Amino acid sequence: MEAIIAIAIGLLTACGVFLMLRARTFPLILGLTLLSYAVNLFLFASGRLHMDSPPLIRADASYTDPLPQALVLTAIVIGFGMTAYLVMLSLRALSESGDDHVDAKEKL
Amino acid sequence: MDSAYLLAAIVAVALIASPLPLLLQRHGRGYAALGSALVMAACLALLAPLVAPVMQGETMLASFAWLPDWGLTLSFRLDGLGLMFSLLILGIGLLVTLYAYYYLDGHDKLGRFYTLLLLFMAAMLGVVLSENLLLLVVFWELTSLVSFLLISYKYESYESRLAARIALAVTGGGGLALFAGVLLLGHIAGSFELSVVLAAGEQIRAHALYEVMLILVLLGVFTKSAQFPFHFWLPMAMAAPTPVSAYLHSATMVKAGVFLLARLYPALAGSDLWFWLVSGTGALTLVYAAYLAFYRYDFKGLLAYSTISHLGLITLLFGLDTSLSVVAGVFHIINHAIFKASLFMAAGIVDHECGTRDMRRVNGLFKFMPITATLAIVAAGSMAGVPLLNGFLSKEMFFAETVGHPVFDEMSWLLPAFATLAGILAVAYSSRFIHDVFFNGDPVNLPRKPHEPPRWMRAPVEVLVAMCLLVGIFPQWSIAPILNVAAGAVLQQELPPFHLAIWHGFNAPFMMSLVALAGGIALYAMRHRLYALYDRLPTIHASIVFERGYEKMVAAARSLVARMDNGSLQRYLALFITFVLALGGWAWWTASAAVLPVVIHAPDAASLVALGMLAVAAIAVVRLHHHRLAAVVFTSVIGLIVALTFVRFSAPDLALTQLSVEVVTIVLLLLALYYLPPTSPAEDAMPRILRDASLAIAAGVGLGAASYAMLTSPFDTISAFYLAQSVPGGGGSNVVNVILVDFRGFDTLGEITVLAMVGLAAHALLDQLVLKAPLRDGEGRAWASERHPLFLEMLMRPLLPLALMVSVYIFLRGHNLPGGGFVAGLVTGVALILQYLASGIGFASARLPQRLPLFLAAGLAAAAGIGAASWLFGFPFLTTAHGHIALPLIGDIELASAMVFDLGVYLVVVSVVLMVLAELGKLSVNHGEAR
Repeated sequence: MEAIIAIAIGLLTACGVFLMLRARTFPLILGLTLLSYAVNLFLFASGRLHMDSPPLIRADASYTDPLPQALVLTAIVIGFGMTAYLVMLSLRALSESGDDHVDAKEKL
Repeated sequence: MDSAYLLAAIVAVALIASPLPLLLQRHGRGYAALGSALVMAACLALLAPLVAPVMQGETMLASFAWLPDWGLTLSFRLDGLGLMFSLLILGIGLLVTLYAYYYLDGHDKLGRFYTLLLLFMAAMLGVVLSENLLLLVVFWELTSLVSFLLISYKYESYESRLAARIALAVTGGGGLALFAGVLLLGHIAGSFELSVVLAAGEQIRAHALYEVMLILVLLGVFTKSAQFPFHFWLPMAMAAPTPVSAYLHSATMVKAGVFLLARLYPALAGSDLWFWLVSGTGALTLVYAAYLAFYRYDFKGLLAYSTISHLGLITLLFGLDTSLSVVAGVFHIINHAIFKASLFMAAGIVDHECGTRDMRRVNGLFKFMPITATLAIVAAGSMAGVPLLNGFLSKEMFFAETVGHPVFDEMSWLLPAFATLAGILAVAYSSRFIHDVFFNGDPVNLPRKPHEPPRWMRAPVEVLVAMCLLVGIFPQWSIAPILNVAAGAVLQQELPPFHLAIWHGFNAPFMMSLVALAGGIALYAMRHRLYALYDRLPTIHASIVFERGYEKMVAAARSLVARMDNGSLQRYLALFITFVLALGGWAWWTASAAVLPVVIHAPDAASLVALGMLAVAAIAVVRLHHHRLAAVVFTSVIGLIVALTFVRFSAPDLALTQLSVEVVTIVLLLLALYYLPPTSPAEDAMPRILRDASLAIAAGVGLGAASYAMLTSPFDTISAFYLAQSVPGGGGSNVVNVILVDFRGFDTLGEITVLAMVGLAAHALLDQLVLKAPLRDGEGRAWASERHPLFLEMLMRPLLPLALMVSVYIFLRGHNLPGGGFVAGLVTGVALILQYLASGIGFASARLPQRLPLFLAAGLAAAAGIGAASWLFGFPFLTTAHGHIALPLIGDIELASAMVFDLGVYLVVVSVVLMVLAELGKLSVNHGEAR
């Protein structure tokens, strides 16, 4: 199971990095989204994998580590904020430069 | 007053009062000069009470803590050597102040000049009075910096700026080497305090790092004192106004190098390396610079090379490493400072009166300025080593030390012969200076008719020449006391017996002096043939070599920067990822592999299927990113699988959040897609794709491997506290939520502040923006003309109250069960956004609050306010309270003040989602208006 998570993280990272290195804003946003998934999974996995033990206090139960979950929860929301910001920024850049190239120019 | 404070006050007063001339210059240039003189006199007055004890051999220390952890203390030391240098610095400084007033152009207000001069003096005093070596290095670098400003005083001229830059590069670079050397020295000796370092000579010389340290320190010394091959900056620095040369290049700046040789002599000298490096460099410089001095046409250039040569002599004396040679070295420091300062000033007078420094034109000036000429001739005689003058005495001591030096027992004639050759050259260039400038026919085509300078401009020269005679004739009475304490401070032991006198009998040194005088005059007599020979020799200008190297380095740096920083974000990102990969790879290879047994879960079929779907979706996003709608759909597949992963591994809160964020993000991306160009041109060339793919694969493999390593290594957590305290301390059984709103509430407050900024950025970036909306989609189909599909519209309206109810439910249970402010906010946001999508912006904005930023502010205020409220009860920020309330019908409800905080989170999330999406939605309205 650990290997599956590790492969998923690696795969998402690779796809995310490749997309982030594209020259257009939209693939860049997609790439960043994929990388966020990977990083969130990585952070989450730092609490290790536990099944059927959510961190909800109840009688006679085992609990998984709640701290990485709290970190990842805010990371997801902040990730949304960042995606939103990037989307707005790329629209603004499109209006300023008439182009969706990340460098605002075709060739440098 | 305590003498320790007096000592520190000398440097402090000089530093703090240095802007005085700048402040006074508006009253006239005389006041600026007066300000400078006052500061110097004040320093002398502070020094005066300390003279008597130091002359009795005392060493005065003053120490104030500064950065004790780094070994840096603000500590000063006054012993014989420091006293001698302080008197030279302050005495010649006063004379230069007077001289510069007459020398510099009458239009110059002089404030800048004198302030820089004082600053330089302060730095120099700091160098010679430092007890802490790090402090010494600080002052040392300050002298390099201020000398840069002084050499480029006439900054309008290219020559001055170039000279200043080269001087700074050489002496500043040497200063860096010195810094490294001093750090090593402090490491070896165990302290940066001179008292400790000077007593640890044995230990230092025996240390494995001695050679490296010595070479670094000597690099600092040789660059500062213009020793070969670093000598070239000094002749260039003659571009400075003559008062600067008279001060920096006789008594101060260039003497800082040999000062350090003297200062660290007990700690560093006494090894073969010291002998060969120091005496070798000194000897080479002594003869080479004297040879070059003879061929100058510019008499100031002649003096510059002779300065280099005399510095070489002093260096050689310290290198010879006998006690008497050290005494001679200290003696020559004083003598050279006196006669060279007077010579520079005399040369400045001649330059000032004639308007040129070319000895082919400046001739026969004795007729025009007999007094100045006489003074200059006496000083030049001292430079040549003529009896009855101070230069003769130290030169004789030098000759005496070369005879029978222990190292050269087989070839004992070599060193004296070499010394005599240097003596011959010194006499030759001194003769040239005297004969060419003051005799040798008549002036040729001078721009103005020379005459004697103003009375007080000559006075400093008179004082210095009088001292040449005084020391030269009555050495035992005039100079011996200070020389004794200074040399004693250098050697840190009993002085060898020596006697300063003009006449020691017909011995070897006297014969060498005679040979030098006769040979020098003979050499000068043959000058025309020698000049013709010199002109045929190829010349190497070290300064040109340096400047070419410098230009090449600048060009290399420029091209490196141009390659790294070409404005392409893609390139920055690629470089950044490469760097991170390199760091990660390095950590990976250097880490010690520890394989420990840990529990590993076996994979099951469902997980494998999910991984397969994830792989298909991720690769599809990459392959299909030109088809944007499809790419968005596949991205959402990945988001769903991630949410399912959270569900499976006991993170219901994360799954809820991930799902609702997913919905909002997809809506956002779809809105943006409408405006972005529908397709990306397939522009990337194959090499670029290969590069990116290898970077991407390396990053993926790296993070995947790191994850696997982490997942299979032993686990240790700090969360036991949170699990144990969640109910009793936080009043909630959903530990994740309690962490967010209670234990780590401050983090969450920061988080929602960042979110709030995104909401405000939406307004800043998108307000009034007009974008050209495409008429067709990527496949060339026209957009639907029906703006709001009736079916969607009718379905969404009844859904709103239901959705709002769900979000209230999620919010309320959040403290104990999966849910909370973040999720509830997202659900509310989605429900409201659906109204925009289904019924149009006009319908929705007419029914929704218009002042969204107010809600945003209210959310932040609620979160911060409930945190601050705990202050009222005497608790730290964000302390929570909770209790039970029994409500009819619903039953027992646990209320915590953290719920108010969570309400703040809820409000912020809702407002941000609405602000972002509403601003995006409004683009179409702007667009409509524009059309």
